[in-house]
Amino acid sequence: MNIHEYQAKRLLKTYGLPVSEGVMVESVFDAEAQAKIFNKPLMVVKAQIHAGGRGKAGGVVLCKSVEEVKAAAEKILHKPLITHQTGPQGQIVRRLYIEDGANIDQEFYLSFVLDRAHGCMTIISSREGGTEIEEVAKKSPEKITKTLIYPATGIMGYHVRHVAKTYGLNDKDQIKKLGEILTKLYQVLLDKDADLIEINPFVLTTEGNLHLLDAKISFEGNALFKHPDIEALRDEKEEDALETLAREQDLNYIKLDGNIGCMVNGAGLAMATMDLIKLCGAEPANFLDVGGTASQEKVETAFKIILSDKDVKGILVNIFGGIMKCDIIAHGIIAAAKSLHVHVPLVVRLQGTNSPEGQKILRDSGLNIKAIDSLDEASEEIVKQVQAV
Amino acid sequence: MSILVNKNTKLICQGFTGKHGTFHSEQCIAYGTQMVGGVTPGKGGNTHLGLPVFDTVFDAVSQTGADATMIYVPAPFAADAIMEAAHAGIKIIVCITEGVPVQDMIKIKQNLKNFPDTVLIGPNCPGIITPGECKIGIMPASIHQVGKIGIISRSGTLTYEAVAQTTALGLGQSTCVGIGGDPVRGLNFVDCLELFYKDTKTEGILMIGEIGGNDEQDAGDFIKHQTQLGNYKPTAAFIAGVTAPKGKRMGHAGAIASGKGDSAQEKIDYLRECGLVVTLSPAQLGKAMVDAMQQDSSYMPASRF
Repeated sequence: MNIHEYQAKRLLKTYGLPVSEGVMVESVFDAEAQAKIFNKPLMVVKAQIHAGGRGKAGGVVLCKSVEEVKAAAEKILHKPLITHQTGPQGQIVRRLYIEDGANIDQEFYLSFVLDRAHGCMTIISSREGGTEIEEVAKKSPEKITKTLIYPATGIMGYHVRHVAKTYGLNDKDQIKKLGEILTKLYQVLLDKDADLIEINPFVLTTEGNLHLLDAKISFEGNALFKHPDIEALRDEKEEDALETLAREQDLNYIKLDGNIGCMVNGAGLAMATMDLIKLCGAEPANFLDVGGTASQEKVETAFKIILSDKDVKGILVNIFGGIMKCDIIAHGIIAAAKSLHVHVPLVVRLQGTNSPEGQKILRDSGLNIKAIDSLDEASEEIVKQVQAV
Repeated sequence: MSILVNKNTKLICQGFTGKHGTFHSEQCIAYGTQMVGGVTPGKGGNTHLGLPVFDTVFDAVSQTGADATMIYVPAPFAADAIMEAAHAGIKIIVCITEGVPVQDMIKIKQNLKNFPDTVLIGPNCPGIITPGECKIGIMPASIHQVGKIGIISRSGTLTYEAVAQTTALGLGQSTCVGIGGDPVRGLNFVDCLELFYKDTKTEGILMIGEIGGNDEQDAGDFIKHQTQLGNYKPTAAFIAGVTAPKGKRMGHAGAIASGKGDSAQEKIDYLRECGLVVTLSPAQLGKAMVDAMQQDSSYMPASRF
């Protein structure tokens, strides 16, 4: 789960980490009013959306007066901001963060991420901050340092020395300060089950202070049950409405750009079914995992979600009935299709326990459902039907 | 032969008296798995499914000689259950539970180094089965067949697909290991490959991977190295997620392509370079396995590398 920059900075501030003073506003009126109170010589207006790449897209504006803050707010607020992470439609800016400007001497990169190969968190640091780390990794991978954190010992002196060396810091006080920052950030990560903390840029000011100029924190969904305070920071407006609805119903749904809807049990098989549709020459409209039970209720919700995407011209249901028997699943699909008046072609592939019975029930239903037990043929059939429309 | 579990494996269940624990224990017993009891704290001394219930794994081990466990406790308690099993001397720990926090798994993975003879499978996995001998987990028994293919998979239902297809072609399975869909897990592809390479009954290996991480590449390196040493074992693979958008988590906690080499296409290309038969279709898993077995080692000269 992602949160906004201003929320991340509030959290970091409670740990005594050096972040700028700032204020969040949701209207141009408030932006002007708060800027008058804030009244700093340099104020930075930052669009608050979950996507990165805001600076390049015009979502970060340096302002030297209240008038400039107002003008920036008018320009950004309530309009879509298109960054390379938002897609071509952009993301509507609903909140702004007005922040005290900093005098930047050097920009570094700092993040804490999971190193999957070692099964530990790792610190990634680079002297090249302010740009995307992926770009640095492509152009000059030698400028990136990775330092694993072993959970039993946490942040040690050598972690600090490694990062200081990467940054080229020699000043004793600055290195001591760096150590405090690394230790506190790692503590935030542990306390709140964050799976990513990214400070980019992490700056050295002209006054010689280390400062967290931007902050991105992402929290692990599986651990949110421990942290109601973090769950409360969720901004559903930043998330896809259908994905949110699906999550509330305990379904896993991700919208894609194609026109063949898929309903599958199991995440791996769901991905594989999308791949198969592509292999047959069409594009999948979504990823949807109905989970292990595929009850009538779940199937009904899943159909609703798939069909609320107006691009969907046909649906492929692919269920590997293991413990749950195919005849029961077939009754559920028929009931759901009837109650929702599913109007697009429906191809159902049931495999597993009692699959012949399940297929027969579907064939005898009198509905426009094509029951096919081969995965290849089912996929070819739905593609053929959709392309014939 | 087989790997990890067989007819001599003595199994207990943690979360034995719960809904899932009860249902799947019944299924395992019906399959013929040698189940010797279960653990539910506070219910020790009772009998459930005709087997003794214990308060602790320590009691269960000392009184039944159990050497394997399957865990169905809710995610917040999974770390506790895994460490208790390891501490009590269990050798094969199968954690079915989905949603275990990553920070818990990081600690477990480090701590399990204190138990070099203990193997963790999962979490977030369907389990492990040696057809005809021992089923530990939630996989449907009926699709399996005693045979010669070793299956390693990060997915549940996609594993069943691989099993059903190899059964339909008459190949059967030696052992199937669901290693799970989480980013930090117990056994990995390479760990299973090492065991399958030593198992004479396993004549071919089918690997089911997906987007996220670089474990499939490590598996490719292992296979390439073994082939160079003259230890060729036919291996086929499928990698799910060619159509998955970058940066999106596709159901499994570990199924997210965001870094170097962790997209499906990069993995497919890499595994092909390492000499594996990789199919792009989940409907051709069995056929890919047959193809791999038909290309004998002479087709794969060491000079190729």
